[in-house]
Amino acid sequence: MMKIRTEAAERHVLTITVDNEAGILAKIAGLFTARGYNIDSLTVADITENHALSRITIVTNGPPAQVDQIRAQLERLIPVHKVVDLTEVGPYVERELALIKVAGTGDIRVEALRVAELFRAKVVDTTTRSFVFELTGTPDKIDSFVALMRELGLVEVGRTGIVGMVRGPEGT
Amino acid sequence: MGTERSGADILVESLVRQGVEYVFGYPGGAVLPIYDALFGDERIRHVLVRHEAGAAHAAEGYARSTGKPGVVLVTSGPGATNAITGIADAFMDSIPLVVLTGQVATALIGSDAFQEADTIGISRHCTKHNYLVKDPAELAATIDEAFQIATTGRPGPVLIDIPKDVQVASAMLHDAAPQRRNRYAPRLEASTDEIAEAIALMEKAERPIFYTGGGVINSGPRASALLRELQGLTGAPVTSTLMGLGAFPADSPDWLGMLGMHGTYESNMAMNRADLIVCVGARFDDRVTGRLDAFSPHSIKIHIDIDRASINKVVPVDLGIVGDCATVLEQLVQAWGNRKPRDLTAWKQQIDGWRARKSLSFPKSDKAIMPQLAVQRLYELTRDKDPIITTEVGQHQMWAAQHFHFFGPNKWLTSGGLGTMGYGLPAAIGAQCGNPGELVIDVAGDASIQMNIQELGTATQYRLPVKVFILNNQWMGMVRQWQELTYESRYSQSYSDSLPDFVKLAEAYGWKGIRIENESQLDDGIRAMIAHDGPVIVDCQVSNEANCFPMIPSGAAHTDMILPGDEVAGTMDDEAKALV
Repeated sequence: MMKIRTEAAERHVLTITVDNEAGILAKIAGLFTARGYNIDSLTVADITENHALSRITIVTNGPPAQVDQIRAQLERLIPVHKVVDLTEVGPYVERELALIKVAGTGDIRVEALRVAELFRAKVVDTTTRSFVFELTGTPDKIDSFVALMRELGLVEVGRTGIVGMVRGPEGT
Repeated sequence: MGTERSGADILVESLVRQGVEYVFGYPGGAVLPIYDALFGDERIRHVLVRHEAGAAHAAEGYARSTGKPGVVLVTSGPGATNAITGIADAFMDSIPLVVLTGQVATALIGSDAFQEADTIGISRHCTKHNYLVKDPAELAATIDEAFQIATTGRPGPVLIDIPKDVQVASAMLHDAAPQRRNRYAPRLEASTDEIAEAIALMEKAERPIFYTGGGVINSGPRASALLRELQGLTGAPVTSTLMGLGAFPADSPDWLGMLGMHGTYESNMAMNRADLIVCVGARFDDRVTGRLDAFSPHSIKIHIDIDRASINKVVPVDLGIVGDCATVLEQLVQAWGNRKPRDLTAWKQQIDGWRARKSLSFPKSDKAIMPQLAVQRLYELTRDKDPIITTEVGQHQMWAAQHFHFFGPNKWLTSGGLGTMGYGLPAAIGAQCGNPGELVIDVAGDASIQMNIQELGTATQYRLPVKVFILNNQWMGMVRQWQELTYESRYSQSYSDSLPDFVKLAEAYGWKGIRIENESQLDDGIRAMIAHDGPVIVDCQVSNEANCFPMIPSGAAHTDMILPGDEVAGTMDDEAKALV
């Protein structure tokens, strides 16, 4: 009998500069679904004073040839100005912001606060029975923090998905 | 300077300024203001189709045969959704269309209003670009950019969705052309390094081959001329995809015929054994490559394509050149200069050995007309008129590609990428509009022709003398053939039951109908078709169970072709069955 085969995937971070026009996000997200590409995270925000351009950061994974094809497919969309594969262009930083709500009293509450200090998470809301922590870092760091909080009364997590930028003085 | 005009007037003026001669369309509630603006306007000729799918295919036929963009005008909701197949077809085959769709008034969008559909959402992935215009002041610039995007770079369909209130509301129509945003600037030229590398590879190749495609046609007649020039300089043999037929003349001794699933044995074997493939404006489609891991294993591959996304999409290449076919071919011709071509005698002898297999031969029959013979006679009896041929999709399409021969671009209009049955009749209507006085023939099958048969009325209304030549074998022939080869002849739903009397149908629409039942009537029937100064349907009754060979079965390599006379097993393994 026939079996479905899959290929080994690599993680890539793409930044996409686009005209800030109606439907552009649907166009890009739809391109990924229509052609069977993966989106692990996606962020988008306006980045210019006159609101003309947006920067989209997409984390994708796929075999190298597919990632190259994703870039080519994105570049041929009319409102797309530029696609940069941060993973290809060299050392880069990536950051994600998370809000993490933890509820509890007594020792576990003290322990949650202590761990938060170790991770340099900020307390942005508190009651006598809960905290909301704000944590910025790499996705790995946030994963570790959330894993620890799971034992200390984790209620919910909200994450932004990452934004990234190449290191050094040059722009992309 | 300018004047205050309604959105509908601005639209019509903008089309006139783009040089639009024909609009293929169908009216409805959400485009009534535009139809009113067109009323009595002599500058644009509107062709009223009978179904919106016909409008899109007619615009495609017009575009392919003239090289100019085709324009479609349809209403919201069902008007737009009916046109989608033709738009998707144009997207796959890179045909420049500008599609204007009406939309419900801005305030009603999203309210499930009468005849509302999310046209922008539905067409997003089958258009090169699309727009929803919410302000009549943006119409002129949007239309200008739409034509630029549709016709430059890799051509394709661009859709503009226009709410009814935007057609009625007014804005300034300026005398000057709109300021372009210039955000779309495809790369046309190759770098000198790329050209030098390509020339070096071409100069030292012992077994080179040109593999050309629709990109050469789309790039304009100059690209075909330059291809012939470069071929003359290098001496390399030429094969072409279905889409590229006509770019290279079929009577050249270096013409190998079409390649791929129903291509010739010599072209597929030459692709397999070549040491250099120069791909010009083709995209390594699965119908061309056969089994990928066995595709041309020993060759260096150069790929010239205007779309960067086509390069390395399916087959990794050694040298990808992003650029316009005509421009890059001209660069190559110039760079080749006075170089002497390599002696390719041994390679051409090898090719002649494959040619000797006569892969396009077919069994004779004294009972029924063989469909291949019908196409051969049609070709012989019309070749002095250099006709434009359109097709539907299926066996008849492949027989036409194999047995009709082309000598110039824009003469062969067929649905290649999407494979749309029902394409040929409306495409012939569009082609006839753009080429009055030329002979336009839709080579059709009995099943395909019924998919847009309503367009017979359109040809009657505009006195378009198109010819429809039906190879009537009473089957969906290609489906039946695959069932014979793959599913042990279990002919599930592929019999064309309850066929109409095509001659009476022709007459009912004011066409001439001719029936050809045996070989002795074949030539006279074709001559009578050509001689009639008006539209004609020929119901050519052919052998019912003829197969289209040669054939690379799905999942097989170029070297594993089924040739005429081969025994076939009648079944395939699951891996092969899973491929289209």
